[in-house]
Amino acid sequence: MVDLVVIDRTGAEHKFAAAPGMSLMETIRDQGIYDIKALCGGSCSCATCHVYVDSEAPLSAMSEDEDDLLDGTSERQKNSRLACQVILAEGMAPLHVIIAPED
Amino acid sequence: MSASDVLIVGGGQAGATAAITLRQLGFTGSVVILEATAELPYERPPLSKDYMLGQRTFETCLIRPARFWAEQKIDILTNAAVTAIDPTRQQVTLANGRNFGFGKLLWATGGTPRRLTCPGADLASVFTLHDKKDADAIAAKLDVPRRAVVIGGGYIGLEMAAVLRKRGHHVTVLEAQERVLARVAGEALSRFIEAEHRAHGVEIRLGAQLREFRGANGAVTSVVLVNGEELPADFVITGIGIVPVVAPLLAAGAAGGNGVEVDEFCATSLPGIYAAGDGARHHNRFAQGEWVRLESVQNATDQAITAAHAIAGQAKPYEALPWFWSNQYDLRLQSAGLNMGHDTALLRGDQAARSFAILYLREGRLIALDCVNRTKDYAAGKALVSSGARLDASRAADGNIPLKETLAG
Ligand SMILES: Cc1cc2nc3c(=O)[nH]c(=O)nc-3n(C[C@H](O)[C@H](O)[C@H](O)COP(=O)(O)OP(=O)(O)OC[C@H]3O[C@@H](n4cnc5c(N)ncnc54)[C@H](O)[C@@H]3O)c2cc1C
Repeated sequence: MVDLVVIDRTGAEHKFAAAPGMSLMETIRDQGIYDIKALCGGSCSCATCHVYVDSEAPLSAMSEDEDDLLDGTSERQKNSRLACQVILAEGMAPLHVIIAPED
Repeated sequence: MSASDVLIVGGGQAGATAAITLRQLGFTGSVVILEATAELPYERPPLSKDYMLGQRTFETCLIRPARFWAEQKIDILTNAAVTAIDPTRQQVTLANGRNFGFGKLLWATGGTPRRLTCPGADLASVFTLHDKKDADAIAAKLDVPRRAVVIGGGYIGLEMAAVLRKRGHHVTVLEAQERVLARVAGEALSRFIEAEHRAHGVEIRLGAQLREFRGANGAVTSVVLVNGEELPADFVITGIGIVPVVAPLLAAGAAGGNGVEVDEFCATSLPGIYAAGDGARHHNRFAQGEWVRLESVQNATDQAITAAHAIAGQAKPYEALPWFWSNQYDLRLQSAGLNMGHDTALLRGDQAARSFAILYLREGRLIALDCVNRTKDYAAGKALVSSGARLDASRAADGNIPLKETLAG
């Protein structure tokens, strides 16, 4: 299991553990946290699952498409990711996630 | 009689989003969704993409996991098709004859696939692709190579052609117009997509006039064109658009025709009755104020959010930028804005390198763009369309200059 802390747009903190294999987007959505729209269903075609992620270990590399989509948001920061592109893996370091403001 | 404060008819993209948004906004009244089929709300786009390819399970297509709805106190009644609305008594009638009362009503029934009326159209193995049942019936045909005929060169037909080629089937696409995607895309994109499909071995017939389907033992065996040509077919997929499901609303007196008319808050002309999604005709800011009916996840979601805000007493108008995506082979298509009424189309990038964008301008302003494997332009273009930016046409047509640096001086 991977430990997560997710801060939603109201500032509320959600602490939970999630099974490896799913994307961070699916994990957050399935936890019942409202703010993740994920309109393209995780196909890296929109930017409606934008999050800020901190972790002690490096995350999977970013594709050019993800990078470009993040560039198109007005809220990009150094730790910006599309949650649908971060796959939870066994043994992963805990993730601290903040859901980015709506574009 | 059962009743709820908010009754949502149709548990698809718009219906589900509206229910979620109501809870997100802190609405504590009762919320019930009446859904005609047996399924909980799910996303349709995968049906013609990774779900059809068997790369994705149905569970991952659900808009929320089953437990979410119970946790949120959103009641979803399945196999509950609504057939009539009584706006004065504030109740709907279901196909089983039961009535259901409401405080506010959201109509979110989407559309139903347009069906062919030619002889043989009711033969077995002539499919539409609109819901899970359709997708599963088609998927059951895909294990051994067959001859497929796809009718309609729109997004769904073309996505299916790509899936079918990937699975090794022989595919012919029949398109009545002189180009594919004629309704939505500019000519340059149509020609490019057409060539891509041909290169992948799809046979494309443009200007094709269908006469009939022939069959044996009740199942289709061939498709016959008006010119007499007969194309053998083990199965047929028709993708010729949808017809909005709005008859009960119109019968109840709501204004509309091709869809039901809604204002900027997604309210219909009937008090307390809202509509969102594929069936809602609205004045879109990005259509130069014209009436449009958009069939996209973006529109269904954002209209549902708009309707939920109005219902929760926090009304804000619908102003979201339209956008759309489609995946075919290794092509990532992304569109933003609405290209209707453009006076100039600029090609930017390199078609041979399979990375380009078509920019649609009206009086110098960027009103829409279609991108193929060109996410950078798509991301930049969304912002430019939103702000109604004026572009310097010669710079914008130069794919080496970043799009955001092509504003008119
Ligand atoms: C195969 C396919 C691929 C697609 N791909 C894309 C894509 O890549 N990108 C994109 O943006 N869009 C895509 N779309 C379009 C997108 O899915 C729709 O625009 C969106 O689902 C519309 O949402 P909606 O809520 O209006 O309707 P729907 O999602 O269709 O939901 C309507 C619901 O209402 C129910 N219903 C109908 N009548 C009644 C009744 N009388 N009583 C009760 N319930 C009723 C239906 O069963 C259905 O569940 C695709 C659609 C299909 C079919």
